[in-house]
Amino acid sequence: MEGERLASQGRSSGLPAGGATGESPGVDAPLLGSSGSSALLQAEVLDLDEDEDDLEVFSKDASLMDMNSFSPMMPTSPLSMINQIKFEDEPDLKDLFITVDEPESHVTTIETFITYRIITKTSRGEFDSSEFEVRRRYQDFLWLKGKLEEAHPTLIIPPLPEKFIVKGMVERFNDDFIETRRKALQKFLNRIADHPTLTFNEDFKVFLTAQAWELSSHKKQGPGLLSRMGQTVRAVALSMRGVKSRPEEFMEMNNFIELFSQKINLIDKISQRIYKEQREYSDEMREYGPIHILWSASEEDLVDTLKGVASCIDKCCKATEKRMSGLSEALLPVVHEYVLYSEMLMGVMKRRDQIQAELDSKVEALMYKKADTDLLTEEIGKLEDKVECANNALKADWERWKHNMQNDIKSAFTDMAEENIHYYEQCLATWESFLASQTDLHMEETSEDKPESH
Amino acid sequence: MEQAPRDPERQLQPAPLEPLGHPDSGLQAAVGEEAEGARDEGPGEGTMTENNFWLKKIEISVSEAEKRTGRNAMNMQETYTAYLIETRSVEHTDGQSVLTDSLWRRYSEFELLRNYLLVYYPHIVVPPLPEKRAEFVWHKLSADNMDPDFVERRRIGLENFLLRVASHPILCRDKIFYLFLTQEGNWKETVNETGFQLKADSRLKALNATFRVKNPDKRFTELKHYSDELQSVISHLLRVRARVADRLYGVYKVHGNYGRVFSEWSAIEKEMGDGLQSAGHHMDVYASSIDDILEDEEHYADQLKEYLFYAEALRAVCRKHELMQYDLEMAAQDLASKKQQCEELATGTVRTFSLKGMTTKLFGQETPEQREARIKVLEEQITEGEQQLKSKNLEGREFVKNAWADIERFREQKNHDLKEALISYAVMQISMCKKGIQVWTNAKECFSKM
Repeated sequence: MEGERLASQGRSSGLPAGGATGESPGVDAPLLGSSGSSALLQAEVLDLDEDEDDLEVFSKDASLMDMNSFSPMMPTSPLSMINQIKFEDEPDLKDLFITVDEPESHVTTIETFITYRIITKTSRGEFDSSEFEVRRRYQDFLWLKGKLEEAHPTLIIPPLPEKFIVKGMVERFNDDFIETRRKALQKFLNRIADHPTLTFNEDFKVFLTAQAWELSSHKKQGPGLLSRMGQTVRAVALSMRGVKSRPEEFMEMNNFIELFSQKINLIDKISQRIYKEQREYSDEMREYGPIHILWSASEEDLVDTLKGVASCIDKCCKATEKRMSGLSEALLPVVHEYVLYSEMLMGVMKRRDQIQAELDSKVEALMYKKADTDLLTEEIGKLEDKVECANNALKADWERWKHNMQNDIKSAFTDMAEENIHYYEQCLATWESFLASQTDLHMEETSEDKPESH
Repeated sequence: MEQAPRDPERQLQPAPLEPLGHPDSGLQAAVGEEAEGARDEGPGEGTMTENNFWLKKIEISVSEAEKRTGRNAMNMQETYTAYLIETRSVEHTDGQSVLTDSLWRRYSEFELLRNYLLVYYPHIVVPPLPEKRAEFVWHKLSADNMDPDFVERRRIGLENFLLRVASHPILCRDKIFYLFLTQEGNWKETVNETGFQLKADSRLKALNATFRVKNPDKRFTELKHYSDELQSVISHLLRVRARVADRLYGVYKVHGNYGRVFSEWSAIEKEMGDGLQSAGHHMDVYASSIDDILEDEEHYADQLKEYLFYAEALRAVCRKHELMQYDLEMAAQDLASKKQQCEELATGTVRTFSLKGMTTKLFGQETPEQREARIKVLEEQITEGEQQLKSKNLEGREFVKNAWADIERFREQKNHDLKEALISYAVMQISMCKKGIQVWTNAKECFSKM
């Protein structure tokens, strides 16, 4: 039932060629062109097992060289295009369903950690079976994210929930924290599944299907930690240069990202604060209602009225709780995810800038060196392709991301408004029915009244 | 007990009660042929019939408040607030109101009036004044006595006090009360001349003193318990309400931040921009709507507060009764002991210890003449004592009868007022919910257009 074979490492790093492994991505991926950059792109799209015959559909006609004929969606193979176009509009054409549940605590001598059960249901041919069940811990998710970032440096990888939440946490593993994280992890995996490119990533498949030991050995392949660290240092140095020569559209994109990040962070804070205030309001209300009951014990003639008020307050209190839970399900996770997304986006921009900087440094080198011009020119050619791919990838994914963002934000806030409307409607009904009962009684009383002494 | 001096020339008729909480000043103390007068067995029984011919209406209002500075008793400068009291008489036929009197009073004069009423009408549940200092405040409200909101609410409270007194079947007749409304200068002196402060039983002021009454009246004991419970439950309610108000304020106001951020965000969005901007506006509307809502609730709280203070007034009547009962028991005891002394002297048996007895033993018997003299004195005292006891008893019974009549009246008033207050609270909640629905519906529309 589990996917056995480990995908061969068609990964490529978008980072300077020097640091990458020696493996050529071209080995597995059906090749179209021999130029490195297209192989690179192929690798991104086609991290596949050589045995997967039905995936031939990817191979030949995908005019991978022809970047400019892109639709905003990236992969051009028919199947992926179908997935692509259909995903957002018609969820029933989705063919990969993932759930994350059953958090379990594991205690070893050195550490305590939580694993989550991941169930994958799929109709895709490249999966050995139609259903998979595995257990993963947070570290594994981190690994997956890292691999995706490596393979697709300028794609917008979905964010992972934070490692720790420092403030207000007494212990790392309280129930609310785990539940929030579980939901976020599920979102993370589904976002990948919905992404036209990432969904076919080999590491992703391994993550979903491999047994624990298989996963560990799969993880061990690939650039070691040190080499990755080395890349990071160089990358930072380069990214500064990349910023200077950033094309206009990416400048705009960057501005947007900065502003968006500010705003979404504020909205996150505001939303959390509202939740807190509602919580405290609900706590006070819970004490408020019963006082009226207490009072009714010493007032014979006001018993009905007082008990009525108490009951209304209690019902409103419950309605508030419901409103709060709606907020915490519909709004808070979405806003928070976009806070993380905004950080992610800044990372993507950096990586794009780095790629550009590589090119620029080589170009500069060419200008000043007169020797090795042929080699340099060739390298420059490759890098130019690389930059172009990266930029196009980002552009396309950016559009897709923005579109999703707008939908998600719109949905989340519309839901919040709906929750509030519902809350007020419930409270209104409660008080109106109380009022009706009182005025009925009142009319009965006044008609029975003996002529009063005033 | 002295009866309240009455001035047959000006009689203010008893009037039906208006519940507190009406925002407009100038409520009418309507008067007409009053069956209620029949219940009133105080002074003026005979004048009831002649008052029925008056059919006058009076309006009392505390219409303004003004900051003043003046010199106090120690010749130091002080700032205080003065309130304008206007009295209008309304001719029954054409309904036109004519301003008859208008003067300024400060809070301390109201207090003086009330203290006077407490002394002269011990059997009446005297209406309370609005609080001296702001209590049960939630954070937005000021505890400062000079704060305009506090002054405004106090103005309403003082007006309410006057209306309560004016519509009380007995209190409305009081001359000092009448002068309070009509005679600006010299009123204080007039009140003090009644000497009521001397009459005020200082023992009543000793709050901690308990009078060990041997035969307490069960009804009064129950009433005292009730007033304690009422006070305790209303305080608790007001305290929690203030906290609820605080929290509600927080919820609403934080939403205002959305407005600002949405507006800034809309600047960078093309498609979403308009929706965000207008939704933000609605968030601002939502946030600012809480101010009016809570102001209305403050009026509700004031209605409850009045009854919180009424509990005090109830307790005062109980304590007065207790004191009377105690006096009665003491007098009876004293009389009994004197009678016994007399008997002993007459028969020569000494059963009770007395100093005279002791000294007699030590220093020799007294002469028959001396003894006769003593018996005579005692007999006189006994006769006097019996008279006093009789009148005290009568007084006590009168007190109880009158007190219970007023307590009954109070009870009905309280039930009516509190029920109305609770209903008005429901009405406020309904209004708040309707506003909420409207704002969020508008916001939802904006969001869905994004």
